[in-house]
Amino acid sequence: MSEAQEAPRMPDECGVPDPQQYMHPTLKKNYGAWDWHDRPQVGVLHHVAKSGDEVWTVKAGTQRQMDIHTVRKLCDIADEFADGHVRFTARSNIEYTVADEGKVAPLVKKLEGEGFPVGGTGNSVTMISHTQGWLHCDIPGTDASGVVKSLMDAMYHEFKHEEMPNRVKITTSCCQINCGGQGDIAINIQHTKPPIINHDLVSNMCERPAVVARCPVAAIRPALVNGKPTLEIDEKKCMCCGACFPPCPPMQINDPEHSKLAIWVGGKHSSTRSKPSFHKLVIAGIPNNAPRWPEATETVLKILYAYKEGGKPWERMNEWIDRIGWPKFFELTGLPFTKFHIEGWRGGRNALNASSHVHL
Amino acid sequence: MATKKPETPLLDQLESGPWPSFITGLKHLASDDDKQYAPMVNSLLGQLEHSYETRKGYWKGGTIGVRGYGAGIIPRFSEASDKFPESAEFHTMRLMPPAGMHYSTDLLRELCDVWEEYGSGLIALHGQSGDIMMQGISSDNVQPAFDKMNEMGFDLGGAGAGVRTSMSCIGAARCEQSCYDEAKAMRMVINNLLDDMHRPSLPYKFKAKFSGCANDCVNATHRSDFAVLGTWKDDIKVNQGELKKIVETLGRKGFNDQVVNMCPTRALSLNDDDTLEIDNESCVKCMHCINVCTKALSVGDEKGVTILVGGKRTLKIGDLMGTVLIPFHKMETEEDYEWLVELSENVLEFFADNALEHERTGEMIERIGLVSFIEGVGVDVDPNMVAHPRTNSYVRMDGWDEEVAKWNERKGQNSKTAAAE
Repeated sequence: MSEAQEAPRMPDECGVPDPQQYMHPTLKKNYGAWDWHDRPQVGVLHHVAKSGDEVWTVKAGTQRQMDIHTVRKLCDIADEFADGHVRFTARSNIEYTVADEGKVAPLVKKLEGEGFPVGGTGNSVTMISHTQGWLHCDIPGTDASGVVKSLMDAMYHEFKHEEMPNRVKITTSCCQINCGGQGDIAINIQHTKPPIINHDLVSNMCERPAVVARCPVAAIRPALVNGKPTLEIDEKKCMCCGACFPPCPPMQINDPEHSKLAIWVGGKHSSTRSKPSFHKLVIAGIPNNAPRWPEATETVLKILYAYKEGGKPWERMNEWIDRIGWPKFFELTGLPFTKFHIEGWRGGRNALNASSHVHL
Repeated sequence: MATKKPETPLLDQLESGPWPSFITGLKHLASDDDKQYAPMVNSLLGQLEHSYETRKGYWKGGTIGVRGYGAGIIPRFSEASDKFPESAEFHTMRLMPPAGMHYSTDLLRELCDVWEEYGSGLIALHGQSGDIMMQGISSDNVQPAFDKMNEMGFDLGGAGAGVRTSMSCIGAARCEQSCYDEAKAMRMVINNLLDDMHRPSLPYKFKAKFSGCANDCVNATHRSDFAVLGTWKDDIKVNQGELKKIVETLGRKGFNDQVVNMCPTRALSLNDDDTLEIDNESCVKCMHCINVCTKALSVGDEKGVTILVGGKRTLKIGDLMGTVLIPFHKMETEEDYEWLVELSENVLEFFADNALEHERTGEMIERIGLVSFIEGVGVDVDPNMVAHPRTNSYVRMDGWDEEVAKWNERKGQNSKTAAAE
């Protein structure tokens, strides 16, 4: 080896960067020593430190999948109006913090003028947490960013106003793995037909025992087709979840017609008031209708407005339904209640009504 | 030379409406004719339009990495590369953001510059696990782009069967409800597990998330194998003067409806003189009254964490909630943070040794039972771990007396510690 030949650069395993070097100086100065906060207007938080220092935070919606021009524009706004610092929330909203109240109004005006809606605080509908979809995922049944764009267009007013009983967190997922997570309303793919298997490819592309093990209902078994080792599915057992598709792409689960959307409600992450809860199925069979998903949007709005109308202050979606009961929920939203709403999975009897408490 | 623009009548419909449009952003990149990324983005738009037409995805995985690491890049090869050759390789690089997702504009601009030179120009802030997702790069550019971003102080995040990128809430940086130093805890725990992130060899993924209170702004309870939630042990602090002002604003009925009657353990009571009485022993630190009365009520002084384990999404056995492993541990000293690091290591090690292939922590606990798990990680039983004690008598209990003796011994120790304090 010649001396001139450099050793390849090995990674610096530096881990999670320390945020102190990047945060707004007033946040850094008062780290761990805040006193109280309020919301002077929608999209603006006001925090007061024990030292007496104050900051105002302006929250705005973004498209999450951002081109560098958009990121630079957001930076320009921060440099001109907000002391050169930003942060992002877990739901892809951007937050600008300023230590001077006089900077709030021009900042809000600038953001709105550049097309970034200010809002998403308190009892509003905040940005939808979502996944990658057709843009980048290897197993998607639908798109993510396009569904979210369509829904946020329809709920724009609700992002910019605090008119809901409590905060509304919506999620979307492009397959039944549900990477979008639990939500007050969740719009998720629900497949309705078993995978279509390309038997010529299975033995080359799939680790067959691992695929067999992946099935939640043991519906997959090894088989020989045209003399080639492959896998087959017991279609009576298969519940079309798509779990076999990621480890075995020749088991195509996605179908332009039969991969539908289902809507679930009442998921809640926090332990605030009620314990955390999972979302529950309210409607399925909605067409995966790109590019604007009008049927899904219409159904989401129906649910959202029923909650807006009927929820008491601070009740989250699940807490509102706990109070009024499921019969009333289906009545108010006009959605059908079917045999598919009744849990049949392990522990399913725990979801039945074991009492004489009925809503009549 | 201008690249040929694909026809995108379906995607074009996503440019109307008031919400910011990712399609408009992609088209802007596609029109930067003098940039290296323009052909790739044009090709990507063509493929995405094709997906919208056919309602199918056209990406497959593969193996792409950087020197020294076995994870952190999400490889994407197009299955429609005959039609859209310039985006045949469109990998994502996952980067761990600064804890709490704070940025200076300088840092973001530097990232943009790297992505302008090597990538597609498309950045997602952020993914569901908290990664900065640098979306769209060819195989050859991955290493040089990584080297530049690594020199800026960024490290790759997790993917596959390893420790994943973590999130912590804004917490102590801006929130008075913060009950510990979330960013510090997150960085100490995750930076101690980097080997299992960068060279993944676990049964399946392992996620940890850090929220400063029960409001759980980073969704730790549902979305992580190891959820650290801030809480406190002593009394809620009350500023009765400020409280009276809230009663005046909401009215007594409003205050009772929105605060008192929404307390999950009926621990609140409005006195006749509009002051608030709190039964602190019954309080479960749910945060509701503090959320409503931000100026009048605040978290106590004896702060610490509750730790839940086993939360996850649907695959394989259905969604699982995190459940209590540690009801309370104070977070004051450096030793407390080191205790947390050690606990996370024990939990991860037990998971690595005992989970089946493709099994998450929660699924493993469901299979082996919570008792085997806590015995394995060296945590004592506690009634806070259950919603209620067992209802089924089908259990062999001939070790009852020994277990009672352990309980009494622990109780004796606890009261001695309390007396010493």
